[in-house]
Amino acid sequence: MDEIQSLMQGFAIALTLKNVALMFTGIILGVIIGVLPGLGGANGVAILLPLTFSMAQSPGGTTSAIILLSCIYWGALFGGAITSILFNIPGEPWSVATTFDGYPLAQKGRAGAALAAAFTSSFVGALVAVIVITFLSPIVANFALEFGPPEFFAVYLLTFCAFVGMSKEPPFKTLATMMLGFALASVGTDPVTGTLRLTFGSTHLLTGFDFLIAVIGLFGIGEILLTLEEGLAFKGAQAKMNLKVVLETWKELPKYWLTSIRSSVVGCFMGIVPGGATPASFMSYGVARRFSKDGDKFGTGMVEGVVAPETAAHAAGTAALLPMLTLGVPGSPTAAVLLGGLLIWGLQPGPLLFVEQKDFVWGLIASMYLGNIVGLIVVLTCVPLFAAILRVPFSVIAPIIMVICAIGAYTVHNSIFDVWMMLVFGVVGYVFKKLQYPLAPLVLAIVLGDRAESSFRQSMLVAQGDMTVFFSNALVGSLTGLALFLLFWPLLALLIARFRGR
Amino acid sequence: MSENDGGKPAFSVRTAEIATAAFFLVLGAIVIFDSVRLGMGWKDDGPQAGYFPFYIGVIICVSALVNLVAALAAARKKSAGFVGVGQLKLVLSVLLPTAVYVVLIGWIGIYAASTLFVALFMRWLGKYPWWKVVAVSIGNSVVFFLIFEVWFKIPLPKGPLEAFLGLH
Amino acid sequence: MKANSIQFLCAAVMAAAPSLVYAQSWEPTKTVEFIIPAGTGGGADQMARAAQAIVAKHGLMKQSMVVVNKAGGAGAEGFLDVKGAHGDPHKIIITLSNLFTTPLATGVPFNWRDLTPVKMLALDQFVLWTNSAKPHKSAKEYIAAAKAAGGKFKMAGTGSKQEDQIITAAIEQQTGTKFIYVPFRGGGDVAVQLVGNHADSTVNNPIEAVAHWRGGKLKPLCVFDPKRMPYKAKVTDTMSWADIPTCKEGGLDVDYLMLRGIFMPGGVTPAQVNYYVELFRKIQATPEWKDLMERGAFNQTSLEGKEYADWVAREEARHVSLMKAAKFIAGQ
Repeated sequence: MDEIQSLMQGFAIALTLKNVALMFTGIILGVIIGVLPGLGGANGVAILLPLTFSMAQSPGGTTSAIILLSCIYWGALFGGAITSILFNIPGEPWSVATTFDGYPLAQKGRAGAALAAAFTSSFVGALVAVIVITFLSPIVANFALEFGPPEFFAVYLLTFCAFVGMSKEPPFKTLATMMLGFALASVGTDPVTGTLRLTFGSTHLLTGFDFLIAVIGLFGIGEILLTLEEGLAFKGAQAKMNLKVVLETWKELPKYWLTSIRSSVVGCFMGIVPGGATPASFMSYGVARRFSKDGDKFGTGMVEGVVAPETAAHAAGTAALLPMLTLGVPGSPTAAVLLGGLLIWGLQPGPLLFVEQKDFVWGLIASMYLGNIVGLIVVLTCVPLFAAILRVPFSVIAPIIMVICAIGAYTVHNSIFDVWMMLVFGVVGYVFKKLQYPLAPLVLAIVLGDRAESSFRQSMLVAQGDMTVFFSNALVGSLTGLALFLLFWPLLALLIARFRGR
Repeated sequence: MSENDGGKPAFSVRTAEIATAAFFLVLGAIVIFDSVRLGMGWKDDGPQAGYFPFYIGVIICVSALVNLVAALAAARKKSAGFVGVGQLKLVLSVLLPTAVYVVLIGWIGIYAASTLFVALFMRWLGKYPWWKVVAVSIGNSVVFFLIFEVWFKIPLPKGPLEAFLGLH
Repeated sequence: MKANSIQFLCAAVMAAAPSLVYAQSWEPTKTVEFIIPAGTGGGADQMARAAQAIVAKHGLMKQSMVVVNKAGGAGAEGFLDVKGAHGDPHKIIITLSNLFTTPLATGVPFNWRDLTPVKMLALDQFVLWTNSAKPHKSAKEYIAAAKAAGGKFKMAGTGSKQEDQIITAAIEQQTGTKFIYVPFRGGGDVAVQLVGNHADSTVNNPIEAVAHWRGGKLKPLCVFDPKRMPYKAKVTDTMSWADIPTCKEGGLDVDYLMLRGIFMPGGVTPAQVNYYVELFRKIQATPEWKDLMERGAFNQTSLEGKEYADWVAREEARHVSLMKAAKFIAGQ
């Protein structure tokens, strides 16, 4: 087992006092970044990049530098869940799906359980992904090469079909909001022809509607407005505040082993492809809802509904480092900045990195194990602290949340126009929720809309308009087939039931 | 909360449904309009820039029409209240100050505006003593200033106050 | 003694000369915003962040420098921001070819003349790459194969109606061959599409494809620079950057280099411009910068002042004619 030996060397490199201190620093910074929607993971890493520049020039310094930066990344992955669960405000895009069950759990007074479940499953997801990276990287690395435009489109279609399909809301309302999401996603520069769409000459609309602004408005502000109707208080203030809640949650978690495995697989797959952590979390939530025996109760505050997206998001976020290191393709904006960092330090991501920079690579992989353990310890011990935020009186915390939301919306494009858009989305979210227009399909459409469209049109360019390209080889064929199967599954199930009933 | 006027509806669900459906209809029409300008056809090498937006617009319009018809068909009498007068007052009591807050961000910068916003909330809705109001509102802005401007070097909108203090 | 004092006098005059020319020297009084009209992780982003890191490490500026990405609308967001900041000396922007291509292709109202040219940092190279499994050994063979395929060859590139597609269009105009141009989001994606055989060629920048070249997955056919690249250190076992023939040598008379230059908003004073010229001179003198130049195989041409402005004007005219011929101009 060469890998084990290399890994042990990696641990020897990563386990210096300085590096462990850097891990703690990175994780804590990352959690702060993940909590505040204005400080995206990409932003946070980018800002610290110059700092690491001089660090990287001392011997072995590149490993220390990447440990610091990657720990910020893990911290942000952990931290994104906190505000999602407490206030329905996703700190990071990949924690949107966590709000679906995490926030209802908090409202029921189980914020501690939701947080503990989120953190623990994040850790499990990451661990699975690191193990995959450790032992299967040579095999898996080249898998991403199989993915051309048709394959990417099939992956997005699969995400979509896994998530949509059965919805409790009226079908035409679901359709309307979903299409609204696609329409918003298409505002801005058309990815294929470069022309401006739906901007009507406005310079504000050049940048399109950012997913984060829509989500902060629809979920965060919309939720505060809804809460207000019930009076000036957040529900769930009676949340337990001691560490016992963590142990209690751990007792419950093994029940969801199947969901964990499924979500880890989804996450690793989406990370390696690379499809991204956000689609991974949606896909995993959709799949879990469909195949869990409690699927009907999803959305009302199920621990399983927190486990699924968090496991997948963290697995995908971790696995995304593999194509970054071996192929130089970043799986997320944060990975893109890390990649830039490697280049600035003088490392060359690519097939030879594992050969030429053995110490660096294995040091990094070892730090993935250690960083996530450190991260888990840090965030779990803070669970009571986070849950206690809910006890802060509404008239203090509500304006602070509004300020955080405003900063978050502003920093996306440094424009006050976006803060207005956030408020508009807030009112829209409030009205939609009361009229049973579902918000999740809207958000998913904003996330996937332009990516799905550009990969579809790239495929059409490649195939010169031939639709059979989506069934042209085994890989894309099975992805498309699986997507269609999931889409029509409710219908098929109905037909089968009828047939049996006869 | 006050039960007496909270229950009285400001307007009905039916009205809200109709307004929302109309909103979708207008949006759909706007999308279709621009897609036609862009070209909504399918050329040899795949769809043009306006192809997807066009059909998205069409689907938005169709579903909006279905929702509109459903809303209109719903009996006027039976329709429940969408939001109570008291509830609406509460919602607006937060929404309007927030809108003013966003205007202020542009004028006096985000830190000064946030201080005022938090202070107003605490004093008006929370009835806190002044010393707490001042401590929390200023403390909050100072913390955000440290996090964004000093540590993470993310420039947020600033105004005359920061210029006066030489922090600009 | 006399000679010495004269020398001393001369030296003193010479030392004083710059401060006489720029009588009112200027320095930033607050944080300087460094705008990148492109996303995080791209070539411009890397260069700007490296510059920021060098400034911080060597303490080249008293105030700090923050890097802000404004990539919306193919960079229009960033350019409009700088255009709107007329007279603000605390804002600089690094450009790529979208300085010319974005206003032409989208009709967004800005032009480089709205900005003040400060300094050219370097020029980025473009190389014609194919998968190493392909039989073509030279640009000539490749073009012949593309011709024989009858317009079925796929060229993957970054963005739409930007540098990669313009080069593709220039090759088409030059040789009469047709390509299917497939736009992707980033240079890394483009290189991987080529490695995975989803495309037939790319015109990636050196830094985007070098890892796959060294890994034996891609091979360079020619560089779109009139001169060969100067870097003689071996990159692979057998080749250095200098061993790549120019496209002109290979019978493909197309050259294209991309500007990596610094601009300021319009309406700033010469003293303010001079401050940044000096700053970037200092940055360019550091070993870290030289390292970056070599790793990315950049063309180290670096112009200032009028020469720079003239170069930009010439380049703009060239882009107009290239894009006109390719029918990339908005409303054309």
